Amino acid sequence: MVNLDVLLFTAFPYFALFICIVGSIYRYKFLSFKYSSLSSEFLEQRKLFWGTIPFHIGIVLIFLGHLFIFIFPKETLAFNSVPIRLIIIEVGAFILGLSALVGLIGLFIRRLTNPRISIVTSKMDIFVEVVLLAQIVLGVWIAYDYRWGSSWFASVLSPYLVSLLTFSPEITAVSQLPLVIKLHIIGAFLIVLLIPFSRLVHFIVAPFSYIWRPYQKVVWYRSKNRVRNPEESWGVTRPKNN
Amino acid sequence: MDVRAQISMVFHLDKCIGCHTCSIACKNIWTDRKGAEYMWWNNVETKPGTGYPTKWENQSIYNGGWVKNGNDIGLRGAGKLKGLLNIFHNPNLPVIDDYYEPFTYKYLDLIESPDMDDQPTARPISLITGKPINIKMGPNWDDDMSGTPDYARNDPNMEGLSAAEQEAMFQLEKLAFFYLPRICNHCLNPACVASCPSGAIYKRGEDGVVLINQKVCRAWRMCVTACPYKKSYYNWSTGKSEKCILCYPRIEAGYAPACMHSCVGRIRYLGVLLYDADLINDTASSENEDLINRQLDIILDPFDPKVISAAKANGVADSTITAAQNSPVYKFVKEWGLALPLHPEFRTLPMLFYVPPLLPVMAKLTTVDNTDQSKKMDDRAKYWPDNWLYDTSTEELFSTIEQARMPLKYMANLFSAGDESKIVNVMKKLMAIRMHRRRATVGDISDEKADNMLEQSGYNALTADDIYYLTSLAKFDDRFVIPASHREQAIEMLEFTGDVKGSVGFGFIEKPARGI
Ligand code: SF4
Ligand code: SF4
Repeated sequence: MVNLDVLLFTAFPYFALFICIVGSIYRYKFLSFKYSSLSSEFLEQRKLFWGTIPFHIGIVLIFLGHLFIFIFPKETLAFNSVPIRLIIIEVGAFILGLSALVGLIGLFIRRLTNPRISIVTSKMDIFVEVVLLAQIVLGVWIAYDYRWGSSWFASVLSPYLVSLLTFSPEITAVSQLPLVIKLHIIGAFLIVLLIPFSRLVHFIVAPFSYIWRPYQKVVWYRSKNRVRNPEESWGVTRPKNN
Repeated sequence: MDVRAQISMVFHLDKCIGCHTCSIACKNIWTDRKGAEYMWWNNVETKPGTGYPTKWENQSIYNGGWVKNGNDIGLRGAGKLKGLLNIFHNPNLPVIDDYYEPFTYKYLDLIESPDMDDQPTARPISLITGKPINIKMGPNWDDDMSGTPDYARNDPNMEGLSAAEQEAMFQLEKLAFFYLPRICNHCLNPACVASCPSGAIYKRGEDGVVLINQKVCRAWRMCVTACPYKKSYYNWSTGKSEKCILCYPRIEAGYAPACMHSCVGRIRYLGVLLYDADLINDTASSENEDLINRQLDIILDPFDPKVISAAKANGVADSTITAAQNSPVYKFVKEWGLALPLHPEFRTLPMLFYVPPLLPVMAKLTTVDNTDQSKKMDDRAKYWPDNWLYDTSTEELFSTIEQARMPLKYMANLFSAGDESKIVNVMKKLMAIRMHRRRATVGDISDEKADNMLEQSGYNALTADDIYYLTSLAKFDDRFVIPASHREQAIEMLEFTGDVKGSVGFGFIEKPARGI
């Protein structure tokens, strides 16, 4: 059992992270045409609304919540020391989880039943949706059965994740956790692993730079600044052209 | 002054015969692919009509283009805030059914059908699902359908026309229509570029062509909403948006774009305009009434020595400046004042200009007493007790323009943000040239009258002949004045030839640096 735990909570996470990073960079550099959110709104708009909005709001906020507690465990524990705050966090997170679940089920049904959407559905899309669905179900289950997750995540999982990232994996605490939570952790790394192989890449290229870039964009083939200098015959500068 | 060059276009609507050759030329080269079947980067609509996609001009449906906020402008349905909030679900996105579901026929069934009592048929099947469909709409579904309740009456440009005026447009005996070919306008203030969250869309500095980088597009779909002309299309198969590329590989080689080259009516002109890029935002933010004038103002005189030196300082090639001086577009738009932008009120500063059609305007309807005439008819003959006459006489100077069959308000809604005086002005000029040529060829118009008309439209006989020449006789090289990117330097647009200098062999590029 111990060996299996090492495999699942040390080897697998490193494998998943490594593949995710290398794979995403490779795909970005060499297969960039395949980086897309592959929106299907153009083929079906009405049902999409009732799926994608609750799903994305739920999943994005839950993800940010996990991220926050991972990065700031002490602050989270301090914040949670007032019971009413803890309860608000828990209830809020539970509702968001349900929202993601309902949304994803809606999206799944739409994907399977709409003939136009089936045409643009790949096997990987189905697989990703199944994994996500399982992950969200597990998450909601954990939130219900093993409550005060924001606190125990901070005291148990944050140290584990930090130990992973500092290359001194410490899995004793994790291997004591109930099966549901273990599955949820493995599910998380499975999703990380799937990123470069699926449409999940769209989350890496979320367009934040739009916020600060100017509206208009003009691209020149020649650089105005790099004009050939005739005095430097071997200078590596681009010549001016039309 | 930041002088840039823009390849821009004029379409002369009086000459368009609605043959759709342009659309087919474009389709064959660029959009005959999966996911792009429904796209018509070049399409020709019948006006009045609802167009493609249906009612694209109605921005209360599609929320495209810019709106004026105080002294500045903002995107109507996209932009930094709205675009990012709507990224998961864009409520303003036109969907496939707003265009049409692409289809083909199962032709093979005609050949491979087994022996039967009935003739085999080729059923229509959807090009998306591959299943049989009931065709509800197709390319040019409303071609020549002016007057029909579903199409012409739903034309968004009817706004501001009284009910009586609208009714008059649709009476079978009186109705008129014309064709409006449309491509991407390669705007100076493109809403598509501004709306793209990934920054995939850009305007080329050298020639102003607006392109979507297919490797950077991530299917956020905002450009489809933001382009008020609906000239950015979403490819449902590749998950990338696509748009007219103005055949840039042809332009770079000095050839006319395929739609223009193939145009049967020879309605299309293409040439360079020089403009002042510093003024783009100010111009796009001006008051509705000033929009056209200010848009024309930022187009610079290519003969002005100051403009030439500023252009050279900016790296505009000599061949481009010469092309700007010979540009047919400059003549139509600036010198002669004959061409107007389509829907300037969308504020994208479109660089495709239209000479509005005079033909549906020319003839007027005069009221006459037909009772005597109808008495002469046989009892059994079918006749209509009309009291109007389709009058093509040219006795009155310009009188026909005000009584046009196609209400001027309608034209103004299309080409001048509702300002009828601009349309009247162009119509008078077009009419004067016609009269001037009629005097020369038919000879039934007195010199006095023809000269009077020319004078009122601000032309002299020489200019009128020039306009006549460029309108009716112009050869290929007069219609398309395109500065090729220098062939000897074209390769350098793609790679730096210095990189391979001194290297050996073909097939790989490596710097001839010492090994380690
Ligand atoms: S017409 Fe539309 S797609 Fe073309 S440049 Fe203008 S805004 Fe962009
Ligand atoms: S090819 Fe020319 S004449 Fe024919 S529809 Fe197109 S623009 Fe009009």
